[in-house]
Amino acid sequence: MSWRNVGVVYRKELTDSLRDRRTVISMIVVPILVMPIFTIGLGVLSVLLVGRAMLEVPKVMVLGGERSPSVLAALHALPDIRIVPARPDYAQEISGKAIRVAVAIPPDFDAAVSRGDAATVRIFMFQGELKSGFAANRMQKFLADYRVRIVRERLQKRALPARLADPFSIEEQNVAPPEKVSGALIGGLVPYFVILLCLTGAMYPAIDLTAGEKERGTIETILCSPVSRLHLVLGKFFMVLTASLFSGLLAILSMSMTFLAGKKILEHLSSANNWASSLAVSPKAALWVFLMIVPLAVLLSAALLTIAVFAKSYKEAQSYLSPLTIFVILPAIVSMLPGVEINARLALIPVLSTSLISSEIVAGTYHWNYIVLIFVSSCVYAAAALALAIRMFQREDVLFRT
Amino acid sequence: MIEVQQLGKQFRDKKRGMIRAVDGISFRCEPGRIYGLLGINGAGKTTTLRMLATILAPTSGAARVAGYDVVREAQQVRASIGFLSTATALYGRLTAQELVEYFGRLHGMNVQNLRRSVDSLFSRLDMDAFRQRRCDNLSTGMKQKVSIARSLVHDPSVMIFDEPTAGLDVIAARTIVGFIRDCRAQGKTVLFSTHVMSEVEKLCDTIGIIHNGHLMAEGSLAELRARYAQQDLEDIFVRVVEA
Repeated sequence: MSWRNVGVVYRKELTDSLRDRRTVISMIVVPILVMPIFTIGLGVLSVLLVGRAMLEVPKVMVLGGERSPSVLAALHALPDIRIVPARPDYAQEISGKAIRVAVAIPPDFDAAVSRGDAATVRIFMFQGELKSGFAANRMQKFLADYRVRIVRERLQKRALPARLADPFSIEEQNVAPPEKVSGALIGGLVPYFVILLCLTGAMYPAIDLTAGEKERGTIETILCSPVSRLHLVLGKFFMVLTASLFSGLLAILSMSMTFLAGKKILEHLSSANNWASSLAVSPKAALWVFLMIVPLAVLLSAALLTIAVFAKSYKEAQSYLSPLTIFVILPAIVSMLPGVEINARLALIPVLSTSLISSEIVAGTYHWNYIVLIFVSSCVYAAAALALAIRMFQREDVLFRT
Repeated sequence: MIEVQQLGKQFRDKKRGMIRAVDGISFRCEPGRIYGLLGINGAGKTTTLRMLATILAPTSGAARVAGYDVVREAQQVRASIGFLSTATALYGRLTAQELVEYFGRLHGMNVQNLRRSVDSLFSRLDMDAFRQRRCDNLSTGMKQKVSIARSLVHDPSVMIFDEPTAGLDVIAARTIVGFIRDCRAQGKTVLFSTHVMSEVEKLCDTIGIIHNGHLMAEGSLAELRARYAQQDLEDIFVRVVEA
């Protein structure tokens, strides 16, 4: 084994790749930008959209309410809704977003309430539709306040204290340490993005160094040089791995900075001590997530090389590698599902195991037994994938596929 | 020196089954001489040369290049040859100098020898003006010169050319033809494949006519003319192939 030759190939591939705009974009630009765009950009956009939805004065249709002037007067007095005339096709109007909600008040509601009889007010809404939801909430709040007002009036009539209707108050308080809260909030996102970017960062170099060589006709040029195919594939592999790890590292750094910036923004927006103060990835967690990513990056890089070398052209390689993205994204998504927690069996499933353990690490929980198991199993998978990549480079029918 | 003994190569094709691309060919190529393999497309020329360059492994027979066995001593064979074809493209994002130096390093050359060799080649081939230009930005002729420098950087004793002028304009093709002559003058063993009769007539000391993977005829141009009672190489070629 001549590491000198591996180094010569690696240096050339690194120089070559860093001059390829596509590689630079996927390896450097995307990992730096994706997290700020995804979190801050999408966050700002959703705040804007939700804010606009909240500011809307919803159209509300009042159905029934015959001989119930009190409740109707209270409804009409609301400044932040617009009452529209009742029509029998209210359900269609709600579905068609012509009105947001309809409130059905039974006949003689006022009298029934005065007598203390049971009465039900119905709110008709478009479930899942944001603006209809806000309008329904507004109606819920109005009716709840109206109910409290009636109770208070009754208590007052009987000269009883208002406190009777509200005998105790409820207060929620977080007792979990900040890193646990952080883990619960963003723990799933960190490995998902890092793993995804490790893959996408390595994808272009893997294609360029294999199918790209075939397409450009340089494969024959390099194969007639005295470098052995083992050294050649190792040089290429280390370049792809560099791209993968560099993308992963940038993704982690960008994510840490984004969360830090997000935390500052949220703290600035709200002076109250809330969950925003725990929004962070600690340097220790970032380092351990990166270490757990290393064997996975080896596995992904070797897998990408093995698949891409089959292709005759860039286009063909891209069509082969697209399904791999799904195989990588899917376990990462599964790890974010509620109730999926690391155990000995899941620790043996590549990608999913790294994703789960990374979420735990971000949350400040270090299961050392699983960390060792996942690291070792990932190394074994990575070694197998690398051995396969080396074998593929020895096969004439793969290198000269027509 | 190149010695080929009953060399053969079989491929498995999904549609056509087993194919004998090269079927037991034998020939010998001496230092200071040019051996031309003449054949139509698909005759087996490229497969033969790729086996001699150890890019493909033979399925039968044997061959020695510069004294090394192409199967057992493949790395030494590759270290002793310069291989040039229209398929041996350049790395477009490397400069002319970076590319030639890369191949020099792969041949294990140390910094001093590499610098000396690169400077000498760039001067001889009049390449200094585009030394630092990326290969993607070079003209076809310039690219050919870089390819020549790439194949010569380690001063090989054997040169193998696989249709080196295919698709080139007259000027670029002349550069290649001149370069092949220079190799012979330097005492190198030169093996050259083409389907261009005029190039064979101009360059080759020995001609081997290859067809359907078989070496059908071999000899100097004069010998072939005498044997087939024809003056024109094209007529000789057609007679040999149709026989």
